[in-house]
Formats: sequence, C-alpha cells, structure tokens
Amino acid sequence: MYVAVKGGEAAIDNAHRLLADRRRGDRAVPALTLEQIAGQLALAVDRVMAEGSLYDRELAALAVKQSRGDLIEAVFLARAYRTTLPRFGYSRPLDTAAMLVERRISACYKDLPGGQLLGPTFDYTHRLLDPRLAGDVSIEEPARRETSDASMMRVSEILAQEGLIEADGAIDQARGVGDITRAPAEFPMNRDSRLQALSRGDEGFLLALAYSTQRGYARSHPFAGEIRIGEVEVEIEVPELGFSVSLGRIQVTECQMVNQFAGSAKAPPQFTRGYGLVFGQSERKAMAMALVDRALRAAEFGEDVVAPAQDEEFVIAHCDNVQATGFVEHLKMPHYVDFQAELDLVRRMRAEHAGSTAPHEQQPREAAE
Amino acid sequence: MEVMNVLGGGFAEPVLGAQVAFRAVMGAMAEPGTIRDLPGDGPTPPTPLSPAMAAVICTLCDADTPLWLDPILVKSDAVSRWIAFWTGAPVTQNPVEAYFAVVSDPQAMPALESFALGSQEFPDRSTTIILQVADFHSGPGLSLSGPGIRVRASIAPAPMPRSFVTQWAANNAHYPRGIDMILAGPGAVAALPRTAKIANLED
Amino acid sequence: MIETNQAPDENQSIRQRRMAVLARADSAAIARCWTALGIDPTFTMLRGPETGLVTLRGRVGGGGSPFNFGEATVTRATVRLESGAIGHSWALGRDQDKARLAAIIDALAQDTEMAGRIDEAVIRPLASAQDTDDRSRVAETAATRVDFFTMVRGED
Repeated sequence: MYVAVKGGEAAIDNAHRLLADRRRGDRAVPALTLEQIAGQLALAVDRVMAEGSLYDRELAALAVKQSRGDLIEAVFLARAYRTTLPRFGYSRPLDTAAMLVERRISACYKDLPGGQLLGPTFDYTHRLLDPRLAGDVSIEEPARRETSDASMMRVSEILAQEGLIEADGAIDQARGVGDITRAPAEFPMNRDSRLQALSRGDEGFLLALAYSTQRGYARSHPFAGEIRIGEVEVEIEVPELGFSVSLGRIQVTECQMVNQFAGSAKAPPQFTRGYGLVFGQSERKAMAMALVDRALRAAEFGEDVVAPAQDEEFVIAHCDNVQATGFVEHLKMPHYVDFQAELDLVRRMRAEHAGSTAPHEQQPREAAE
Repeated sequence: MEVMNVLGGGFAEPVLGAQVAFRAVMGAMAEPGTIRDLPGDGPTPPTPLSPAMAAVICTLCDADTPLWLDPILVKSDAVSRWIAFWTGAPVTQNPVEAYFAVVSDPQAMPALESFALGSQEFPDRSTTIILQVADFHSGPGLSLSGPGIRVRASIAPAPMPRSFVTQWAANNAHYPRGIDMILAGPGAVAALPRTAKIANLED
Repeated sequence: MIETNQAPDENQSIRQRRMAVLARADSAAIARCWTALGIDPTFTMLRGPETGLVTLRGRVGGGGSPFNFGEATVTRATVRLESGAIGHSWALGRDQDKARLAAIIDALAQDTEMAGRIDEAVIRPLASAQDTDDRSRVAETAATRVDFFTMVRGED
C-alpha cells in the first residue's frame, strides 16, 4: 500500500540542485561536450542507444552526461524521450549483407571470401592500462590498404550451399510483425518479438545467461559463425511518394552463431542457428543475444527446457533493465503503512509463539525495536 | 495542380489542433448526445471528405490504425493520398480489419455487423465508425440513455444509416463488444458509444 | 507530376538517389553548397519540419522474416514552391533546418533545367565527399585484414 505523503519539496529541490553541482564537479575543469562523449566514449553511447532502443548518438551522449555516466539511468532517459515522439512508420528490413563493413570475423572458416577484417577491436590488446592515455597523446592516423571491393559472402550462405545449416528463419506472421512496444507480452512469444526484446535487453543479464549456456545450462555447442560491424542503409516506403527513400545509415553489430545439430527421421542433421542484431558497436551484446536466441528456441527443436536461458518467460520478462530497475528501485518509495502492517503481524505471531511454548521454554530476549 | 490541394490542408497547428479536436471527441464520447465544437482552423481536405471528418481523422488515425473507406471515398484518389500524407494510416478493403471506418455516405453504409465487434477478451479491438452527417437537427429524433446521460438526451442527425435504431439495438446486445460511432457534422462532433441506448423519439 | 521525356522509372531513381545523398549529408555541408548555388525560392511549408520515430526492422538470420529491433529519430518536411512543385525530405536525426532545405531542393529539382544545376552544385559535391569517406573507411578496414600464411615445417 502507498500513502500520499506531502512535504519534502524543499528537500527535493535542494537535492536536485546538489545533483547538478556534483554532476558538474570542479568548475575549474572544462565541462564535457556531447561531441567528446559521442566521440571518445562511443561504446557507452552505443550501449545507451541499444538498450534505450533509440538510435540517436547525440541524444544518447546527452543522456550519458545527464546521468553522470550511470548507463541504466541514461537508458531510462532515452526510453522516456522516445515515448514523446510520434511514430512515422516502419523501415524496410535492413540488408546487413550490403553492410559497409568495419569489422568482420568468422571463427568457423579461416579463409573465406572477403577475409577476416579485425577492425577497431580490443581483441589482441594486452589489457594493460596505458598511462599515456591519461594525457592528450598524439595518435597516428590509421593505416590504409587499397582493396578491390571483394564481396563478403555470409558464412551461413557458405554452409547453406551444402544444405548443412538451417535457413535464415521464417516466422508465421499472419498477424503482422510482432511489436513489443505495441502489444502486451504474451507467452509463448514469437521469435520476432523475442528478438526485439533481446536487442534492447540488458547486456549484463544476457551476457550472464549466454555464459550459463556455455557452462552446461542448455549447452548448444556454439561457434561464432560470423560477426560483422558496420553501417547499413535505412529505407522507408513513403506513402506520399509511392516509393522508398533512404534515411541515411546506422551502425549495427550482427552475430550469426552456428550451433550443434538438429535433425529428425524426415530431415537429415544440420547446424542450427542463433541470431543477434544490436545498435552500434556492441559485439559482446550481439554474441550474447545470439546465444540466448538459440537457447530460447528449445521448444522448436524438441529440446527439454531445463535451464534458465531456455525459459522464455524468465528471460524476456527480466531482460529489460528499465523495467527491472523500476521495480527494484521502487522499494525506496515510502511503504510506511505496509511496514506497519508487517510489524503488527510479526508482533502477533511472536505473542502466539510465546503463548504456545511458554512456560516450558525460556523466551529469547526480544531484540531492541 | 491537384497535388497541391491533396497535400495542403492539415491542421494549421498539428499538435494544438489535434489536442483541441481530441478534447471535443472525448467530451462527445463521455456525454453522448452532446455536440462539441471542433477547432476553427481545421483541415481542408479534398471533397467529398468534410473538414469535420478530416479533423477527426487527423486526430485519431496514424500508421497503426487501418482504415476502411466507403466506396465513394475509395474512388477518390485525392482522398486516399490526403489520408496517407496526413496520417500514414493504411487503408484496408476488409471492414473487419478496420480500426476506423470512414463513412461519407451514411445511407449506403454496410450493416454494423460487417465491422469488427472486438472480442470478449479485448472488446476495445472493435471498429469505430466516423460518420459524415450534414447536421445534427434535421433528421429523425433519437432519444439516448445510458452512461454519461443524466436521464435522456436527444439528437437528430441526418442522414443516418438505414434501420439505424434496429441495428443499434443489436449492437447493444453484443456488449461489452460492439461498435462506437463518431458523428462529424459541420464544425462539430457528437458520439454514440456502444453503451448508449437509442430509441426513436416519436416512440 | 514530373514533365520530362525521361522514363518515369529513371526519374524516380534519380530522385531517390538525390534524396539519399541529402539524407546522409550534414546540415552545414548542404547549406554550403546551397549558398553557392545562390537561389532563394519562395515556399510554403505543407508539413513539418517534424521529428518522430521510425521503427527499424531487421531480418531473422540476416535474410529471414522481418523483426522490429529498435527505433531511430527521423525528421521530415514537405514544402510547396510557387510553381506548385512539392518537395519532401526524410532523414535520420533531428535536424529540422536540414529537413526544410532538403525538401526545398527536392521540390526545385523536379524542374529539369533546375535539376541539372542542383545536381552540379549540390548533389555531386556531397556525393563525392560521401564516396571519399566510404573509400577511406574501406581502406582503413582493409588494412586490418589478416593475411594468413602457413609455417613450413621440416625440410623440403
């Protein structure tokens, strides 16, 4: 139960004023610009875009600044902002095959058309803190190499040529493409709605679930079939024009996970798949998403649902960090009446307990209230 | 240059216009039989769509709300394009799929039963009919009762669909399922929500 | 609507290409080219500039059924020139000045003679800068390509 509580306005005003002061910090130090945040804390900004489910770098940078770097708070701000905007429509499905690739690797094939492109990766760094970065050191320009525009075939297509892998994934969409921002969550949920929920889901939560599948809780023996990061064109059908127009490009990370086999009396064994697609450069998240997507397909493959990562209600209902933080943090709100009722109850129970055990036993001394 | 007229003529102030019109529709729904003024500087749509109809459409319809247009409106390319430009709402041929039905010729309107009535679980998933009327006083008198009406209210819109009172009684019988209706007359709206009971005033 | 002797499909694809270049360009770059062109047409705003959301769709597995995976901010505008020509613009982001200017340019370019001047002064330079940018990024990425070589063991 909640009770309306009045008072505290002055305290709240002053708390917000104090927050603004602490956020700004030492006035002798220049304030961060949004360009600095978007440019130099780019992956934090990407995470806010992905989990805020709103692609807008400048707004995400503002959210990071306003939240003092508390990324879940920043995600919350991005989500709140997006509810104020009208929806113009749905884009045409992005063509990730036509991506302007900035990174592309496969753990399945060493030599593949287009090659292994490492891009701006943390992999192979030594994870040693670099004291030079404490200052403004000069950084050399990236190396360049001329290249003939080699087509970058998907790894899944290579396997598909021999029929060794399941198709990309067809969903019964007789009732339209699922949209968790429009329809309340109902379980069982279609894979399209699950992917939408996972794409905006909390990276830490999905990472832990993905890890659990590797440790034996719904093992699916995954290979990173292909990971690509890059820019894709966004197009939309414009009703007043009668044709589609390009809105510009967004950066996404895509992960195609290749998993162990499924087959039946009718169908020969083939690799199964999990898919991840996330805003920005978010490789860990895309991989975790793909592993969890595969785990959630247990019923489709007739696998026993024995692990948390396979339980779609558990995963989908708890992966959204805005919902999660809302419910956890609401415990800060006044529950005075609730608590009074509990106090009353525990006192009554103790009295009954004392009545039933006395006079045989000596009661422990009551803790101070 | 037809294209000019098609794309011109939404609300002069889209947000404020839609807010004022929404308040009018909400008031009309809350108190069936009352006539609520629409904002003065409303849309100027291509004929045969009336400005009041257009104001209601601009206020309630968007890309998420499939519309059914009556045969006269479907024939007008200008109307379809105007609706697409100002609302982005998809047009459906099938009345059962329509969130809103836009009816410019009430007397030729299909039976109420041909539209979506909603389900027991989701009675809100029914069609709302936006009906274009010439006025609210020259038709056969209708006597209204039900939620939002103190005792009785009366209204005499014209023209109205054939056998309307009989059809409406059948609509009432589906409750909580059923059709809601918004009447758009010159510069104003009235509404007949599914909860309204309607009798002929002469009876 | 467009009176030229070119095939409608060709006109449409030229217009799509023009709108794509404008959508990708930033406001300042468009404005620089526009100023150089030195035209100042009278126009009426028919709609917007207004900012909203477009829900972005991907495909399961890259090529399967579509799914919604998030939203992006989008700004659009529609203008009418005195000639009656209507221009539209749609682009990611929240830049309303850019939306207005891009819609004016789209409207002007429906006149064949003007389209030539616009393509020359605005579209071509912007597209060329965009291509250079792309090529540069491709080359930077290509430099991180792994060239595997096999270690030879033993003799012969």
